[in-house]
Amino acid sequence: MKLRLSVTTTNSALLAKVEEISGENLSKCYHCGKCSAGCPSLTNMDCLPNQVIRAVQLGDEKVLESETIWLCASCFTCAVRCPRGVDLSKIMEALRLLTLRKDVNHIEVKELTQEELDELPPIALVSNFRKMTS
Amino acid sequence: MNLAYYPGCTLKNQGLGFETSALAAAQALDIEMKELDRWNCCGTVFSLADEDLMHYLAPMRNFVRVQEEGFDKVVTLCSMCYNTMKRTEQIVKDDPEKLKTINEFMYREEDYRGEVKLFHLLELFRDEIGYEEIKKRVIRPLRGLKVAPYYGCMLTRPKEIGIDDWEEPRIMEDLLSAIDAEVVKDPLRGECCGAYHTVNAKELVTERTRMIVSSAKKRGADCIMLSCPLCEFNLDLRQRDTAKEYTDFVGIPVVYFTQLLALALGLTEDVCRFDLHYIDPYPVLVEKNIIEEGEEVHGKKA
Ligand code: SF4
Ligand code: SF4
Repeated sequence: MKLRLSVTTTNSALLAKVEEISGENLSKCYHCGKCSAGCPSLTNMDCLPNQVIRAVQLGDEKVLESETIWLCASCFTCAVRCPRGVDLSKIMEALRLLTLRKDVNHIEVKELTQEELDELPPIALVSNFRKMTS
Repeated sequence: MNLAYYPGCTLKNQGLGFETSALAAAQALDIEMKELDRWNCCGTVFSLADEDLMHYLAPMRNFVRVQEEGFDKVVTLCSMCYNTMKRTEQIVKDDPEKLKTINEFMYREEDYRGEVKLFHLLELFRDEIGYEEIKKRVIRPLRGLKVAPYYGCMLTRPKEIGIDDWEEPRIMEDLLSAIDAEVVKDPLRGECCGAYHTVNAKELVTERTRMIVSSAKKRGADCIMLSCPLCEFNLDLRQRDTAKEYTDFVGIPVVYFTQLLALALGLTEDVCRFDLHYIDPYPVLVEKNIIEEGEEVHGKKA
């Protein structure tokens, strides 16, 4: 995903929603990149975790279509390392919820084969469905 | 010591050996873990949305069950259950308003008083029993066995609920020293295994399994030791898929901390249940002379 960041696209409604759902103050972030540097999912992401914050700060709704927010594994590495006390894992969750709360699933549960369902432990299925389905 | 035990779903399924070895090892160390008569899934992941009270109900119900059975302490083994329940425990303890709202919503249950304390079993070994005591009870020292502890995410993060330092934990290392195993310190021991992506994006997990398992192996580990059934699934069974994708990949066994402890305490194979893992741990246990060649395990000779 290509993110175009510009002050003209600022949409304070997105920022307000994300701040409300996450309970985090996004303006505390000074974009040092420490969260991105330690993120285990980084190699497959289409934009860096701190770029997600930037996009929300500027109100760019395209961030809702980024792969990054779904590749986040809620590992809390960013949360414990941020020098500004920003919990990015909560911001990622808020962005996922903006889609899920519209009753839109990110995965198709019925695409799982019987073989996969038999093999996967409950802990994998429940956690995945909690994160990826509405 | 006597306390309630909350198992969680996977310990009754793929993680059965985690439970059997834990209960037997705890008993050998004079910890009586009474399984709750009724319990429900904790929800596995803690909701990261603010004020999301609805998602605290599952852990709260379990705390009500603990309270109903007259306990004020409950222990769990699974890292994800620990994380989800501990965060809920703290939220309702710190915020009487939230506790009241949830109690009113769950009007058919008795009111939760917010007094139950949740422990992870590793904490009980460290804080209640003590490593010196464990050392004294060791019958079969795991001398020569090189073990790489793997923490993953949920035991040490976030800070408020971590059972140890989030960057430099040592709780599993210390347990290993007490049972005379050799600790292999791996820099990736706190890296995420890919968690629930194993359901819809297996290739993300195999990439991480390859990295984490290879790193431990390169440092000489005979096996990896952990505390989470989801990490176990990803680092053990997913080695099958990793080997298909990366032909040069060579794996090592993955076991639960309770299994090595039970083995060291001289407990038998029917509780250790090493046979339930995808990568068979027996060959390396025999090679390291922990289990004798020809010793009967599950009706076959090791
Ligand atoms: S570590 Fe914190 S301050 Fe630095 S970029 Fe990430 S969220 Fe912003
Ligand atoms: S919580 Fe998400 S964004 Fe933060 S380090 Fe983990 S995977 Fe990356």
